[in-house]
Amino acid sequence: MERIAFCVLAVLVVASALVVVRHKNPVVAAVALAFNLVGVAGLYMVLHAQFVGLLQVIVYAGAIMVLILFVIMLLNLLEEAEPHPAGTFQRWLAPVAAAAFAVTIGSALWRSNPPAFPPVPEGFGTAASVGRELFTRFYYPFEAISLLLIVAMIGAVLLSKRRLP
Amino acid sequence: MDWLGILISGVKIVVVFSSLMLGVSIMTWVERRVSAVIQFRWGPNRVGPWGLLQPIADGVKFIQKEDIIPTDAYVPFYLAAPMLAFVPAAFAFTVIPFGPDIDIFGRTVKLVILDMDGGVLWGFAATALGVYALVLAGWSSRSKFSLMGGLRSSAQMLSYELPLVLSIVAVVLVSGSLRPTEIVARQAGTIWNWNVFGGGAQLLGFILFTVAGYAETNRLPFDLPEAEGELVSGYHTEYSGMRFATFFMAEYINMMTSSALAITLFLGGWHLGFPVPFTGWPLWILEILAFVVKLAAFQFLYVWVRWTLPRFRYDQLMDLGWKGLLPLSIGNLAFTAILVAFGIVGK
Repeated sequence: MERIAFCVLAVLVVASALVVVRHKNPVVAAVALAFNLVGVAGLYMVLHAQFVGLLQVIVYAGAIMVLILFVIMLLNLLEEAEPHPAGTFQRWLAPVAAAAFAVTIGSALWRSNPPAFPPVPEGFGTAASVGRELFTRFYYPFEAISLLLIVAMIGAVLLSKRRLP
Repeated sequence: MDWLGILISGVKIVVVFSSLMLGVSIMTWVERRVSAVIQFRWGPNRVGPWGLLQPIADGVKFIQKEDIIPTDAYVPFYLAAPMLAFVPAAFAFTVIPFGPDIDIFGRTVKLVILDMDGGVLWGFAATALGVYALVLAGWSSRSKFSLMGGLRSSAQMLSYELPLVLSIVAVVLVSGSLRPTEIVARQAGTIWNWNVFGGGAQLLGFILFTVAGYAETNRLPFDLPEAEGELVSGYHTEYSGMRFATFFMAEYINMMTSSALAITLFLGGWHLGFPVPFTGWPLWILEILAFVVKLAAFQFLYVWVRWTLPRFRYDQLMDLGWKGLLPLSIGNLAFTAILVAFGIVGK
């Protein structure tokens, strides 16, 4: 059952990611990205991390992607006539980086190769357990991230409120 | 595999969704009859007794109408948008408990389709995805009225989602659970135990939720996305026939879902609110009926408000959302947190 769900979601995620990169129409790419985010949320669900999965849908697919779509529609971007002009540097770096990433992940999988996932402990992935972990084991990283978000927010407000000469 | 369990789930899904669709068709009739009463008219009264068969006549008419697709439309999204409006609206309803646990065929059946730990979040996630339908319908029609309607609706839904979610967070704080069945179970007993009164002291939260819910479902006085005077009919201007009807049904299902959420979170769910001298199946039926009656009352309130209040202006709408409801909902959350911390409400 979980295997079937995983296969369907994996196909959805990879296919929508390809559409995001390849499609010429920015609105189609944005909608494909939304599908991708929902698919990843489904993968979290398959891994019993239901709280993270639901938050992924609410925050990313429900709020952030709608904002991105909003901006694209306001700017009224048209279809790109030709591929995005990437520098030669990027053109060479991208395959190398992708290959390095694939080798790293592949070797890690090859070496660990667990026989099966360990059984899920009771209450795993619920809001209560995630909250407990956040406020005990991951307390300092959690606070650091909230500080980072506040800095980004203040920066955005300052930039948008700056009086132009 | 547990075939009986799958069968029971299937029966629950079929029953809930056919009741929802029946509710939608009744609502289209109620809306026109009640608006007629409010405006001293008769309303549709020719098809069947009291015009009750009018929804069927409408359905037949919608199916017969020509399906027009604008020449410039972006066809895939244009065709998908009505479905994208309909599916999330129906999805959110799956976590609503509509009755007590009943014993049938020697096993306990929960009267909720999906009883999951993060059920409240599931409801948010489903409704959050409903925005895409309006945005994509507006964009893919390639019409300026549709586009403006789509943009307005996305701005409106994003702004009003914050007070909506914050007012629900206060309820979650009081209940100590994100599971709708547990939130309902805490409100058993008398009316005083409901979250809106003594059970959670959430009267302000309930008002905030209701107002924000009206904005989320694009109903008057917040129906700016389809303000006829300015935008023809907003994001679904270019739609005709059954596709238009699908948007229409999605709006009514959204109303039902948001009312059902309000009932579950604030108004005691399926609890009667007063003690009765019997138990067993008469009580189950009475409690399911209590849920239906509360839902119907909420739907009536929707119609009543729509035909009583005038429409907001767009800047007034944004002012109300960001400067009125949002600070109030944050204050409500802080106040509730203090009450819970001192053990005055909550468990």
